[in-house]
Amino acid sequence: MLWNVCVAGDVAVMSESGSKPKIQKKSVPIPKQKPEVRKGNFNEVALGYSEAQALEEANRCLQCPKPQCVEGCPVEIEIPAFIKLMKEQNFEAAIKKIKEKNCLPAICGRVCPQEEQCQKFCVLGKAGDPVSIGRLERFLADWERLTGIGNPTKVPPTGKRVAVIGAGPAGLTAAADLTKLGHDVVVLEALHLPGGVLMYGIPEFRLPKSIVQAEADYIEKLGSEIRKDCLVGRTSTIPELLKKGFDAVFIGTGAGLPQFLGVPGENLGGIYSANEFLIRVNLMKAYAFPEYDTPLRIGKHVAVIGGGNVAMDSARSALRLGAEEVCIVYRRSRDELPARREEVENAEEEGIVCRFLATPVRFIGDDKGWVRAMECICMELGSPDESGRRRPIPAKGSEFIMNVDTVIVAIGRTPNPIIQSTTEGLAVTKWRTIVADENGKTSIEGVYAGGDIVTGEATVISAMGAGKKAAKAIHEYLTGTKSSI
Amino acid sequence: MYKIVAKRELAPKIKSLEICAPEIAEKAQAGQFVILRVDEKGERIPLTLVDWNREKGTITLIFLEIGVSTEKLGMLGVNDAISNIAGPLGNPSEVKHYGSVCVIGGGVGTASAYPIIRAMKEAGNRVVAIVGARTAELLVLEDEVKQVSDELYISTDDGTKGRKGFVSDVLKMLIETGYAFNVVYAIGPSVMMRAVAETTRPFGIKTVVSLNSIMVDGMGMCGACRVTVGGQTRFACVEGPEFDAHKVDFGELLKRQMVYLSEEKIALERLRSGGCGCHE
Repeated sequence: MLWNVCVAGDVAVMSESGSKPKIQKKSVPIPKQKPEVRKGNFNEVALGYSEAQALEEANRCLQCPKPQCVEGCPVEIEIPAFIKLMKEQNFEAAIKKIKEKNCLPAICGRVCPQEEQCQKFCVLGKAGDPVSIGRLERFLADWERLTGIGNPTKVPPTGKRVAVIGAGPAGLTAAADLTKLGHDVVVLEALHLPGGVLMYGIPEFRLPKSIVQAEADYIEKLGSEIRKDCLVGRTSTIPELLKKGFDAVFIGTGAGLPQFLGVPGENLGGIYSANEFLIRVNLMKAYAFPEYDTPLRIGKHVAVIGGGNVAMDSARSALRLGAEEVCIVYRRSRDELPARREEVENAEEEGIVCRFLATPVRFIGDDKGWVRAMECICMELGSPDESGRRRPIPAKGSEFIMNVDTVIVAIGRTPNPIIQSTTEGLAVTKWRTIVADENGKTSIEGVYAGGDIVTGEATVISAMGAGKKAAKAIHEYLTGTKSSI
Repeated sequence: MYKIVAKRELAPKIKSLEICAPEIAEKAQAGQFVILRVDEKGERIPLTLVDWNREKGTITLIFLEIGVSTEKLGMLGVNDAISNIAGPLGNPSEVKHYGSVCVIGGGVGTASAYPIIRAMKEAGNRVVAIVGARTAELLVLEDEVKQVSDELYISTDDGTKGRKGFVSDVLKMLIETGYAFNVVYAIGPSVMMRAVAETTRPFGIKTVVSLNSIMVDGMGMCGACRVTVGGQTRFACVEGPEFDAHKVDFGELLKRQMVYLSEEKIALERLRSGGCGCHE
């Protein structure tokens, strides 16, 4: 166990002596708030590594000459390089290394599905746990925030102006890279705070809002301007932006429109889209009502429909708001749950129950128009559909009633159509996503798009990857030269 | 921040604010609204754009102090600032030459009806305006409406001004005495809009209402504002706020509007007892 407390200096000594240290198969667990405590508060669940824990985990990295992990990273962070700097306890250089590629490390370290990306390819994963790359990234980002983020060096201006629509993961990333390349960037955000889904969607206990704000502040420090309350398509349009002197536009407006089940009774009181529920809680801080003005009524028996991360976030928020019983109702089985396994585990540890292979067919209300029960039908799994998951088929005669007084519908989100309908000549798919090539180029010259608005609902990091690619393409379009970052 | 440049009290608890918001003023059209957040702890609430001055870069909002947000807004004075205003939101009214148009405003809804009356008149229509309130002192924008309409009828529930009764009674009388309206617009409390819809339904007159459902973001993200129109769920913020009155499920709308009544009371009591944070 000596190895567990080794610091970088010891590593060098041991290596020089020629005795190859044995690598721990298990990764260093991340300290968490205990389930019985955390279900009563909105504070962050995962507490992050201490310096000793971070170094211990960093020391598990084998520094592969041909690192596979980098290939799994949508923004191509030089993972072994930053971990090497970490091992040397040069945290400042290590976070700088990350920030060469990723301007939002405190966020990615928390919400990226690393198990599907970088960590999936880590060679240690073949015979044990992969290196917890995400937790190391988070440690460095938090270390930097706590010790004070330095002022980035400014580059000479190119004289080109770029409008970035939406201050979510795609937009903030594109804005950061374009600013670093010397362009004059204005980010137009419709809501009153920057961050997009990071601010309105992901709960405080998984991603503290002060961290999102700090990352957005960093983007402004770089030199981008973030203009709030500006809904492009209404306050101004893309043709107007181009006419007003912007040389290029990046659309990163995400997938913000909630989907509903379309079954009878869905408009009863107490039935929320996950978006409404989470916006009230996260963006408007309804959990602090009446100190904050936005209310949210949560009952005793809450059902969350859906099985993704948004469903888990909604269920865990409902529990923290005082629900006695929270049940996730998912139409497929545990194996098909789209949520990260870690989040499902967190939810179940807190006491959330999953009811698999069922879906609501109607909601039943009282005379005041408030939901009191829902009728569900059981499902059986048939052969795989286009998504590769087994298709749920309703089992005739299997209807049952669940007593509920709050329902949160978390079955997915679709792109917001306002830009598509106010931008003539912009090619759109039948799913209302914007047509863009792999570099984000749309059907209009100088207009680029990336993130969920192009792919449909996906992950924070894939949106960031798209923002990065588009920034490169925009730079080439504006200057005729290749991007240096 | 959006600075208040003028403030007027139009009636007890009904106030008018002229606010510096050049981008919104430039684009505003009749029938559209803004989402406003008074301060850092405020709700996002929708308010109809009543007027705008593109040269000065200002917009005018008129509101009844009915909840915590509108009371907070009413406490602000000239040179104070509002944290956030986003807009113009929603689809503009379908303003065109119909021929004969009747626009009805109930209560503070008259303020929302005013820009539509004006736009309909400018589009060459003959515009009959009907405005009503519970009692005479709650009537707003009477002179302004008079100036931009061809005829103005007034009703009050208690008969203190104009005809005693509801705006829908006046509408019925006009239709029965031979007014052939090509379209009727109604803006006001949901019960009043429902009464107007039921008045015109037997006559088959096209009727449009502007719905005032609960909203949070106002941009299509939350679905709090969903209403059933013609059997389909629609979002008032991005697909409305105006809909065919004869297809709106007013019963559902009324119930959905009441969802937070008890919380509203708690928030308001807290504000009135000085718990707004200003004294902490």
